[in-house]
Amino acid sequence: MTPYLAVVSARFRVLLQYRAAAFAGVVTQTFFGFVRLAILLAFFRAASGPQPMTPADLPAYIWLGQAMFQMVPWSLDREVAALVRTGGVSYELLRPVDLYNQWFARALALRTAPVLLRALPMVVLAAAFFGLGPPPSAASGLAFAASVAAALLLSCALTVLLNVTLMWTLSGEGVSQLVLVTVIVFSGLVIPLPFFPDWFQPVVTALPFAGLMDTPLRLYTGNIPATDAVAFLTRQVAWTLALVLAGRALLARGTRRLVIHGG
Amino acid sequence: MPQILVENLVKTFRVAERRPGLAGAFAGLFSRKHRTVRAIDGVSFSIEAGELIGYIGPNGAGKSTTVKALSGILVPDSGRCEILGRTPWKDRVAHVARIGVVFGQRTQLWWDLPVTESFELLRDIYRVPAEDFLKRRDELVALLGLGPVLDTPARQLSLGQRMRCDLAAALLHAPPILFLDEPTIGLDASAKLAVRDFVKRLNRERGVTVILTTHDMDDIEALCERVMVIADGRILSDGTLAKLRQSVTRERWLTLDLVEEKGAIEDPDARVVERDGLRVRLAFDPEKVSPAVLVARIAARHPVRDLFVENPPIEAIVARLYGELKP
Repeated sequence: MTPYLAVVSARFRVLLQYRAAAFAGVVTQTFFGFVRLAILLAFFRAASGPQPMTPADLPAYIWLGQAMFQMVPWSLDREVAALVRTGGVSYELLRPVDLYNQWFARALALRTAPVLLRALPMVVLAAAFFGLGPPPSAASGLAFAASVAAALLLSCALTVLLNVTLMWTLSGEGVSQLVLVTVIVFSGLVIPLPFFPDWFQPVVTALPFAGLMDTPLRLYTGNIPATDAVAFLTRQVAWTLALVLAGRALLARGTRRLVIHGG
Repeated sequence: MPQILVENLVKTFRVAERRPGLAGAFAGLFSRKHRTVRAIDGVSFSIEAGELIGYIGPNGAGKSTTVKALSGILVPDSGRCEILGRTPWKDRVAHVARIGVVFGQRTQLWWDLPVTESFELLRDIYRVPAEDFLKRRDELVALLGLGPVLDTPARQLSLGQRMRCDLAAALLHAPPILFLDEPTIGLDASAKLAVRDFVKRLNRERGVTVILTTHDMDDIEALCERVMVIADGRILSDGTLAKLRQSVTRERWLTLDLVEEKGAIEDPDARVVERDGLRVRLAFDPEKVSPAVLVARIAARHPVRDLFVENPPIEAIVARLYGELKP
C-alpha cells in the first residue's frame, strides 16, 4: 500500500468504530431534516409567484444533504489540532512523506468514514418513508456522483487549509467556529442556495462553499440540468486546486517558523 | 567525512513576555514585548559511524533543539549540518527515511490502534519491503520482548511497554542513525535496564550510530564512551567520560568503616563528605596524597574495619558542573 493510502485506511478503520455517534447522528439529522422540510414547505404554501426550486425538488435536496452532512468541513481536523498542540506534529514531520499529502489523507478518512456510517441508514429511511425519489435521469445521477466526489476533495482541501492555520493560532477553536457558520450557511445546509436573494446569487455561486453540498444536491434533483453539469464540476475542481495550492504555500511557510516546545 | 557534521548551528526563538497581573494582561493586548532566546548558540561537533554519544545538559540547555534540528523538523537560523551527506531541513523527506527518532515524552504509535497495526502502518509509510519488514519486526519483537503486547492498543500500554514498542517502531526501516531523546524518562529500574541493554546491543552488534540525550547519568555510564555537555546553547565539553571527570574534579572518594564511632576524622589532605555512624566518606586529591599514604595515616589513629576507594559518581560530577554554570 502507498503511504497515503495506508494513512487513509488506518484512520478510516478507527473512525468506523464510532457507532454510537453515528446512531445519534442519524437521529439528529433526521429530526432536523423534518424541521427544514416543514419550514420550506410552509414557505411554498405562503409564497406567490415563481420560485427557483419546486416543492418536488425538496425531499431529495434536504434528505441527501442531511445524509451527507458530515462530509462538509465544518471544523478543522481535531486530531491534527491535538498533534500541533501537544507537539506530536514532530513525529508527523519525521515521516518520509509530504506533510500536505499526509494531512490530506487524514482528511479523506475523516470526511468519508462518518458519512458512510450515517448515509446508508438515512438514505434507506428517506427513500422508504420520507419521499426521497430517484434522480430524474441517469445523466443527473452520474453528474451527482461525479459532483459528490469533487465535493469530497474540495472539503478535504479546505480541511487541510484550516489545519495549516494551526501553525499560527495553535488552538484552532476560533477558526473552527468561524468556519462552522460560514460553511453551513453557504453550502446550502440551512436553506438551499437558490432561495438566497437574486442580488446575492453571484456571491454564493462564486464562493467555494456552494460546491461542498449545494452543487451535487441540485444536480441530483435536476434543478441544475445535467447538460450544465460540466460548468459546475469545473468550478468545484478549480476551487479545489486553488485551495490545495494555497494550503501548500501556507504550510511551507508554517513549517519554517514551526516551534516545537518541550521534550 | 564524518557521518554527522555540525558546524556553528544557531537557533533563536522569539518569546512573547507577558507582564504579570490583570493590568499586565490588558497591556499585552496592545503592545507586546518580545525577548529573543538563543536555544543553541554556535554548536559544532562531528560524529563517526558507529559511535554512541551521550548528549547531556541541564533543562533548557538546547539538547532537544539540537536533536530536532538534526532530525530535520526544525530549521535553524544559521550554521551547517550534514548527515549522510544531506542537510536535514533542506532535504527532509530523504533525510528522515534514514534516521530513527524516539522522543521519550511522546509516542509515535497510533493511540487507538493495536501495536502491530501501527507497525504495519509504519511499514507502508516508510515503504519497507514486506519481507524485510517481517524479518525485522520479528527480530525486534524477540529482542524487546514485545510478543504479549502486540495486539494491545497503544493507549493501554504501560510506560515501559510503550517505550519498548516506540524503540521498535523507530527501527523498522533499519536506519543507520538513531536519536534517542530521554528514552528512559519515567521508567522503572528493570525497564531502564531493558532499554539500555537493547541500545547497547544495537550499537555494538549492528553498528547503529546513537545520539542519546538523557538526565539519567546511569544511562551515560552504562552506554556512552563519549559525552557532550551542552549548557546555555553551547558545547562545554566533548570527550570521554574519564576526560569529563578530570575536567571537573580530580577528587576521589575514600570510604571507611570504622570499628568505633568516636573522634573526629581529620587530615590536612582530605575532607569529610559525609558521616553516617561508623561509615565515613572522605574526598581527597590523588595528586596531593596517594591513597596508600592517606589510609595509613588515618588507620594509625582510628581502627578501620574495611575501606574502599572510588571515583565520585558521575551524577555528582555533573551536578557540580551544572552548579558552576549558574551565575
